[in-house]
Amino acid sequence: MPYTASELLAVTASRLLADHKIVFAGVGTPLLASALARATHAPHLTIVVEGGVIGLEVQPGRLPISTNEMRAGRRAMMLPSITQTFLYAQRGYFDYGFLGGAQVDPYGNINTTLIGPIDRPRVRLPGSGGACDIISHCREVFIVTTHERRRFVEHLDFITSPGHLAGGTSRSGAGLLFGAPTRVITDLALMSFHPETKRMRVDALQARVEAQQVRDHTGFDLEFPQAPPELPPPAGEELEILRTLDPDRIFLGS
Amino acid sequence: MSDPTFVEARRRLEAKDRSLRDKRVSLAQAAALVKDGDHVAIGGCLYSRTPMAVLREILRHRRSHLTLSRNLMCYEGELFLAAGATRDIITSWIGIGLPWGLSRVVREFVEGGRARLEEWSHLAMGLRYRAGAMGIPFLPTLSMLGSDLQKMTTAKTMVCPFTGARLCLVPALFPDVAVVHVHRADCLGNAQIDGYPHMDADIAVAASTVILTAEEIVDTEEIRRRADRTAIPFFAVDAVVEVPYGAYPHECYGLYEADLDHIGGYARRVAAGGTEAVRAYLEEYVYGPETFEAHLAQFGRDRLLSQQRAARELTG
Repeated sequence: MPYTASELLAVTASRLLADHKIVFAGVGTPLLASALARATHAPHLTIVVEGGVIGLEVQPGRLPISTNEMRAGRRAMMLPSITQTFLYAQRGYFDYGFLGGAQVDPYGNINTTLIGPIDRPRVRLPGSGGACDIISHCREVFIVTTHERRRFVEHLDFITSPGHLAGGTSRSGAGLLFGAPTRVITDLALMSFHPETKRMRVDALQARVEAQQVRDHTGFDLEFPQAPPELPPPAGEELEILRTLDPDRIFLGS
Repeated sequence: MSDPTFVEARRRLEAKDRSLRDKRVSLAQAAALVKDGDHVAIGGCLYSRTPMAVLREILRHRRSHLTLSRNLMCYEGELFLAAGATRDIITSWIGIGLPWGLSRVVREFVEGGRARLEEWSHLAMGLRYRAGAMGIPFLPTLSMLGSDLQKMTTAKTMVCPFTGARLCLVPALFPDVAVVHVHRADCLGNAQIDGYPHMDADIAVAASTVILTAEEIVDTEEIRRRADRTAIPFFAVDAVVEVPYGAYPHECYGLYEADLDHIGGYARRVAAGGTEAVRAYLEEYVYGPETFEAHLAQFGRDRLLSQQRAARELTG
């Protein structure tokens, strides 16, 4: 069955979510991935979103567009204040966090603030929202984005969300003692970070993707395993669930 | 920036009248509490429980040099920029909503050096209001450590005197005025919120002056029957206005869904026409209709009722 990049991202991300854990998700692909995990292998996964929802249940065809609207609160177990929601994250309750990003560097630092000089940006992006908080507090953070050379850059213009900073122990040196980005999920590959250098490296390739394609679409050097394994493509059932959740393809793309 | 220090903010509150009195006023009288140069904190979040009726009235009063703060800023930020009412915005995120991409208007103003956007993390915004609500000058957090947000704002770091850990300190926000829309309030200003609390309780208590709009004004007896629902105490509130649909075209939990067609239509107009398109929108929807009722009539009764039905379905 053919599928879009967004569907592939949602399926790949959903498979990384274990049952009985708590995921801090955003709207769009992260929420679809989390809802898909609940519908398949992780029925006891609890979804939290930053608008202030604990235990979100998605109603097919009525996906929330923002994390603080009524649709996101449907059948919630708790609607805490936004500040309280993030304080639960800082306290250490959330197993997974999901982030996208305009620019990502080899250490999983993310820029969603600006392109160009700080005092006179060439492009002003929307900003952090909760991204900086999610990457600072969730135990495992998954970066989910399409794989483009303009996104995967050696140096960021601005660090909105701190990943492994300059690598090595620099993240904990800055005071970020807990959690960190652990996986990078793209439409070309699944990546992680070297345990010592904390530099991004390829773990596996998406189905029918060659290593050279990944290199061509990355603006920095990536380490590859000798024979990178290939991820199983999305199953028909997974795609059907996603398409039931988002029948208007607001987030699944076309 | 007109933010008082925590000492001045406390003195301002001490000087206020805390009597149990009827605070009901008109929208115009409420909006008149906002002065040029004030820091106005906006309740709700993105397109949820935005106090649209009172924001519209502040725009109609043609205020200028305001500082606006909000946790996530929706297109009300664009309206104030295009109206010339503000050049300073404090937020963690600004746009219209995820499907509508970058804000062309914010880009025009910020990239053109005509507005200043001060960005904090979402938790940092919450803690800044919380510190204000606590009457203290700052709060520590682990958020923003290592990020450039910490470097471009007035946040500071310190070494914890107890543990030696590195902490980020975010300074309190003491808004001059908080504008908040709630589900119900009494004439004294006791305010009850259903669904998401967002940051409204902290914003109200941090501010020197609080303007409250409510879907419904109820008797104090009704407030007393559900005292556990009261989110903002009467003594924090200065003006109360009954405004049904007071957040429209944004949503009010359980009562009406956001008018996403209207918001999408606005987004398309602005994507095509930029700031000029916002000015045309202001003429059509803000300066044109004299009253909020006249503004609501622009959407039509059927539309309002269908948004109400959708909300009941979702939360019923």
